Amino acid sequence: MRKEDSIVNNIDWISVSIYGALVLLGWFNIFASVYDESVSQSILDIKLNSGRQLLFMGISIVLIVGILVVDMRFFEAVSFLVYGFILFLVLLVPFIGKEVGGNKAWIGIGSFGVQPSEFAKFATALVVARVISTPTFRFDNIRNQAVVFAIILAPLALILLQKDWGTAMVFTVFILVFYREGMSPVLLITGASGVVIFLLTLLVPQQWWLHGAVLSVLALLIIFGKKKFRRIFTLTASALAIMALIESADYVLTKVLKPHHQNRIKALINPDADPLGYGWNVTQSKIAIGSGGFFGKGFLKGTQTKFDFIPEQDTDFIFCTIGEEHGWVGSIMVIGLFCGLFLRLLYLAERQKSKFSRAYLYAVVCILFFHFSVNIGMTIGLFPVIGIPLPFFSYGGSALIGFTILLFIGLKLDSHRGQVLQRI
Amino acid sequence: MRDQRKYFFTVLIVLVGSIFLIKLFAIQVWDDRYGELADSNSVLRITEYPYRGLIYDRNGNLLVYNEPEFDLMVQVNEMQEFDSLTFCSLASLDLPKLRSLFLEMKARKEFLPYKPILFMPKLSAKDVASIEDRLDEFPGFYLQARTTRAYTWPSAANALGYVSEISSEQLASDSARIYKQGDYIGQSGIEAYYESVLRGKRGVRNMWRNAKGVEKGSFKEGKYDTMAVPGINLITSLDIDLQRYGEKLLEGKAGSIVAVEPSTGEILSFISGPSYDPGRLSGKNYSANYKIISSDTNKPLFNRPLMAQYRPGSIFKVAQAMIALEEGVISTDTRFPCDRSIINCHGGHNNVDLRGAITNSCNPYFHAVFRRLLSQGKTGDPFRDSREGLAEWHKLVVTFGFGSPLGIDLPNEKGGLMPSVPYYDRAYRNRPWKFSNIYSIAIGEGENLVVPIQMANFASTVANRGFYYTPHLVKSIGNTGNPLEQFQVKHMVPIDSMNFEVAVDAMESVVTSGTALRANLKDIVVCGKTGSVQNDPNPEHSVFIAFAPKVNPKIAISVYVEYSGMGGRAAATIAGLMIEKYLKGKVSRNYLEDYVLKGDFLD
Repeated sequence: MRKEDSIVNNIDWISVSIYGALVLLGWFNIFASVYDESVSQSILDIKLNSGRQLLFMGISIVLIVGILVVDMRFFEAVSFLVYGFILFLVLLVPFIGKEVGGNKAWIGIGSFGVQPSEFAKFATALVVARVISTPTFRFDNIRNQAVVFAIILAPLALILLQKDWGTAMVFTVFILVFYREGMSPVLLITGASGVVIFLLTLLVPQQWWLHGAVLSVLALLIIFGKKKFRRIFTLTASALAIMALIESADYVLTKVLKPHHQNRIKALINPDADPLGYGWNVTQSKIAIGSGGFFGKGFLKGTQTKFDFIPEQDTDFIFCTIGEEHGWVGSIMVIGLFCGLFLRLLYLAERQKSKFSRAYLYAVVCILFFHFSVNIGMTIGLFPVIGIPLPFFSYGGSALIGFTILLFIGLKLDSHRGQVLQRI
Repeated sequence: MRDQRKYFFTVLIVLVGSIFLIKLFAIQVWDDRYGELADSNSVLRITEYPYRGLIYDRNGNLLVYNEPEFDLMVQVNEMQEFDSLTFCSLASLDLPKLRSLFLEMKARKEFLPYKPILFMPKLSAKDVASIEDRLDEFPGFYLQARTTRAYTWPSAANALGYVSEISSEQLASDSARIYKQGDYIGQSGIEAYYESVLRGKRGVRNMWRNAKGVEKGSFKEGKYDTMAVPGINLITSLDIDLQRYGEKLLEGKAGSIVAVEPSTGEILSFISGPSYDPGRLSGKNYSANYKIISSDTNKPLFNRPLMAQYRPGSIFKVAQAMIALEEGVISTDTRFPCDRSIINCHGGHNNVDLRGAITNSCNPYFHAVFRRLLSQGKTGDPFRDSREGLAEWHKLVVTFGFGSPLGIDLPNEKGGLMPSVPYYDRAYRNRPWKFSNIYSIAIGEGENLVVPIQMANFASTVANRGFYYTPHLVKSIGNTGNPLEQFQVKHMVPIDSMNFEVAVDAMESVVTSGTALRANLKDIVVCGKTGSVQNDPNPEHSVFIAFAPKVNPKIAISVYVEYSGMGGRAAATIAGLMIEKYLKGKVSRNYLEDYVLKGDFLD
């Protein structure tokens, strides 16, 4: 009687539990970061971000129930519609949106604002999964490849129009999904090498050092390798390409990037150079986390995250509160929960029989993992400051609801994997 | 093959998770700097400025006290955009001035954006009132209260000194690191000499605060707070009534009046003219006023009682007489003719004895006395005799406190000059010299130099018949009732007190029947000696030393009035009035007072 098995039995409770734990921990930490000892406050106070977050959690539960009760085929069916609608909203934002914190990413609804770009993530994931799962789709077909890249580039470009670099960058993570679904690793490797070389250019002040290194490696490879013309030609061409990239990296850094982006990258390399200028966020964030020590200062006992030293301490820098109040132990727990969720979702993805479900679940893992890496990476000074939220943790209705929809569509798909088998 | 790609994701997730945990371990557990950084971030150290010690006069009148004053401080990292026009109007600034204040502040060595720094010192009461209410519109700015010196009377400026912001040189030489930029420090007078007593000790209050600098309660229940320790009060030996009276008498004249209590060395009045109102070098207008006062050609900051080195003139004859008596080259009955061929003289007298010579200030007499001192014939060679005689003379004359600073409790005291054998060897470049080359010092007109405080001390020594306590301005540090230890040491002058009695008697005659009749009081015996220090072609400096009463003296005084002619006029009159004022509390001879105030001493 599998058909009558309720969703309650089929849903992956491990993922649901981790999700619940992360949302609850996030909620407590949002309260901790807005808590003011001198005014007696309740975590439920709707005037506080924690109270509002509780409201968003309520909305999320309603949506979860909704996602779990509709037919699973619904998501595949409406994917293009949803994608188109949300992209339309994203497109509208620069014209009708309101500006918050330098970014115009919000559409106001009463006293709340909705950030359409947060919803573009699951919509794009659905469409990508839909397209990739088409039986005729092949990654070695240039046209097919162009289509999937167009699907991720459309929201990326539209969000860039809002100058929201962080959210736009999230869409590049779909390349990992493509890789899993059969795209040649060349693009992945080239992209990764590009980033590495770009960063090296920043780290090494004298560029001729890098050029020298490239030429030496080239010389070694030619001397000790097979002396075939084609091989030598390829190697030399690659070396020249890398050297061109090194040259262009400097150009991009100084000419293309806006000063505040340059500063964020410079802050990553040397935050101490200007701890109060562009290094302020990173410096303060590291002080907060670093001062937590092994066990932390205790719930609501943080001083850095409480006294507004950290900008956006309940949104993008929420991890500081964990680091400060709960120390290394608390950090292990949160990172453990996230990595546990990612590995569990990977496991779920790999057990899908449907290509659509697997691609979608991979998209879920990749999007969440990207946020996790970039967000925590920036708070501890491993990554430039890019304002994207920590999933389930950061304050924000659009983000929480967007991530919830993203995750639970995946869990919904997983819960029906048996039916998929039957259908085939 | 493609399914192998899932391991790429597993590895990536585990790798990133591990990197995060290692990095977190490094900054949270391994590196303990961050805890301190966090404290300094969120704990505001508020300096509690101590109350500077108060200064009283000998009768308990408050002379110097503290008044609140506000500095505008800023912490740059807390600043946000603000309406600079409003700010300017509140702080009485204009935009270029505001900009230059910022540039100047950022250029300072101790500038750190996350530490409070002095932005505008010493706001006026009006600016404080207008800016205080609206300070919340200017995050990062706050007012810091501190106190500034205030004075009950515009008197005794050069004795009390002034307090101002520590200079960069002073800060650099402050090896004990007691001071911080913007701190106030005594720059002259008692304020400078007793700085370590007056300043007290800074306290610190640690307050939690948020990034906007808003205080959020006491840090760890005040465990690390220290109370500010107020400075110690000083009771000076000044008599403010006498001081003010003397200042009135000296108004419009250049010179000094120093009055000392002989039995203790306590300075009763310390007047330097011209002077300034000490209140002008305090508070908001310090810089502007300092510029005016310090560039005044009358040099009101020049502390004449300590720093003005004059030739002593005839008052020095008293010392010469006692040295000669002590050396045994004359007796009280020794007479010399008033032979005016070498040194001129004045008045009608001839062939007087020692008392008569002092009473009439006979120059040829003391020329002859000094010749005897330097030509005692012990060696048979006039050159060697002069050397030995001068050496002997020098040994005795410095015991009066001449020739080097007395060591009173004020900075920048000058020592004057008592020429010694090596001095003349240098002056004559080792060519031979003898009495006939150097006789001018016989009557206090040669190379010798004294400062007024030394002459007051000399009067005091004669009054005491042979000893003195180093003159000092502070008679009690706090409630101890005692001055500094060095002022409790009795300095004996190795001259027989009988010889002092001779000098005392002679000084009595000076006032009763000699050159200083204007200093004579009806029922108090005043002993004094005039001097008229030559300044050809200008008028002489009018000089007078005195003490009174003759028996059990209560006051010894030296008066210098520059370019005012004979000592018996300006200086003796002022001294007489001062003595009367001090001993009787009031002055009965108003015609003399008018004479001094009119200031027309020359013929």
